[in-house]
Amino acid sequence: MYSDKVMDHFMNPRNVGEIENADGIGEVGNPKCGDIMRIYLDVEDNIIKDVKFKTFGCGAAIASSSMATELIKGKTLEEAWRLTNKAVAEALGGLPAIKMHCSVLAEGAIHKAINDYRIKHGLEPWKDDKNYDDDHHDIGE
Amino acid sequence: MDSKRIVYMDHAATTYVKPEVLEAMLPYFTEQFGNPSSVYTLGRKSRSAIEEAREKVAKAIGALPEEIYFTGGGSEADNWAIKGAAFANRAKGNHIITSKIEHHAILNTCEFLEKQGFEVTYVSVDENGVIDLEELKNSITDKTILISIMFANNEIGTIQPIEEIGRIAKERGIIFHTDAVQAIGNVEINVKDMNIDMLSLAAHKFYGPKGVGALYVRKGIRIENLIHGGGQERKRRGGTENLPGIVGLGKAIELATADIEGHNARIRALRDRLLNGILEKIPYTKLNGHPEKRLPGNINVSFKFIEGEGLLLLLDQSGIYGSTGSACSSGSLDPSHVLLAIGLPHEIAHGSLRLSLGDKNTEEDVDYVLDVLPKIVQRLRDMSPLYENFIKGGR
Repeated sequence: MYSDKVMDHFMNPRNVGEIENADGIGEVGNPKCGDIMRIYLDVEDNIIKDVKFKTFGCGAAIASSSMATELIKGKTLEEAWRLTNKAVAEALGGLPAIKMHCSVLAEGAIHKAINDYRIKHGLEPWKDDKNYDDDHHDIGE
Repeated sequence: MDSKRIVYMDHAATTYVKPEVLEAMLPYFTEQFGNPSSVYTLGRKSRSAIEEAREKVAKAIGALPEEIYFTGGGSEADNWAIKGAAFANRAKGNHIITSKIEHHAILNTCEFLEKQGFEVTYVSVDENGVIDLEELKNSITDKTILISIMFANNEIGTIQPIEEIGRIAKERGIIFHTDAVQAIGNVEINVKDMNIDMLSLAAHKFYGPKGVGALYVRKGIRIENLIHGGGQERKRRGGTENLPGIVGLGKAIELATADIEGHNARIRALRDRLLNGILEKIPYTKLNGHPEKRLPGNINVSFKFIEGEGLLLLLDQSGIYGSTGSACSSGSLDPSHVLLAIGLPHEIAHGSLRLSLGDKNTEEDVDYVLDVLPKIVQRLRDMSPLYENFIKGGR
């Protein structure tokens, strides 16, 4: 049911781990739904120098975390903010419909980590119109 | 595929067909293919093969041959028992009692009947998955026409106090059905001693073919037909009989019930070796289901901090086949209704793994799983933010 890309990123996830004293941390999901994603950012001159993740969830959730962190590494915060869940899913060669919410979680965790960084630096958080923590299964497709 | 080791531990999902069973079936695909309803010799031979299988099924559960009806599997038997009894006894009442941990063939049938005006009570189970008998007794009303409680649970393996339930149902004059799909070959069953009025079974759970099962209906119990058609199965179940399947079912149940005690002792020893090894080697692991009153081949454990689908995918990469009650693998949003019914929090239910052992499993299989599984669990825990929280909180 999973593409080769998803399986590759699940079996060999990139950027697993944590960053001590990270500049921004974002976490979405809840254990009730069976998935939690936490993303750590290391930011220098508005550029994401390093990114790590920890995920409790299914194969698609881990693969989405891995792919999303790959896609934002080295990007500006603005570029990272614009990463959509669809782009993550497409980069993975598609996700089964019922697993689309995993890519939504990745988008949400990145948004939260960026806003965590902005708040820590006395900046206004960017506006996010989605609530990534509940009913995330309904978002996406 | 490379020549890596394959360890199949999902026998509760389905089993392979034993060579003796296949051999018994084969002639009925080719030479002895006659329609059992035909009067000529070829048809009569088919008829007698079916009756021979019926006798074997009857013998295996302590029933009479004329009380056995062949079906297209366990789900059909469950549907027929529940709908058939409900509609035939509508004049007496509209109340049905079942449990929260039944197979979906029962639960979804009951849900359908609720839309038809029936009332259904779903009795709770305790933390080990055993039916609350007091609640069962207390939920009986004058309108109760049917009690359906599974013999043994497919997920957590818990075996129910079927004799006691049979006694309660008999005292109150209520029809008692049990879904024994997981129990056949693992538990001694006698429908007369246990006061069972109807019983469902499916061949593919005990080394027979898929797509064939049977419903036992005690003489004198009236149920409506489910499959209307020709006069097959003494006018109770229309459709030309699945001749090779029925022959296979007969052979498989004969083999499966020939030495239940011996089979249990062997499988249980392997299961306990595996279970004890898992609990010893993997911390923060919980056994789900009853510690003793459980199917001999069943293991169901929850590993804290991880999710089951990822676990299955990694096990698959190592050639190990199991299953999980995590929502993520089933396509639904909630984890297993059985694990929730025994009181597990969602996140613990998501981290469950079921390994169900069977006839071909060996000590080498067990040792291989005990070598691979702890590494896989640790690998997923190392990725888990819940584990990170736990470790940091514990410092």
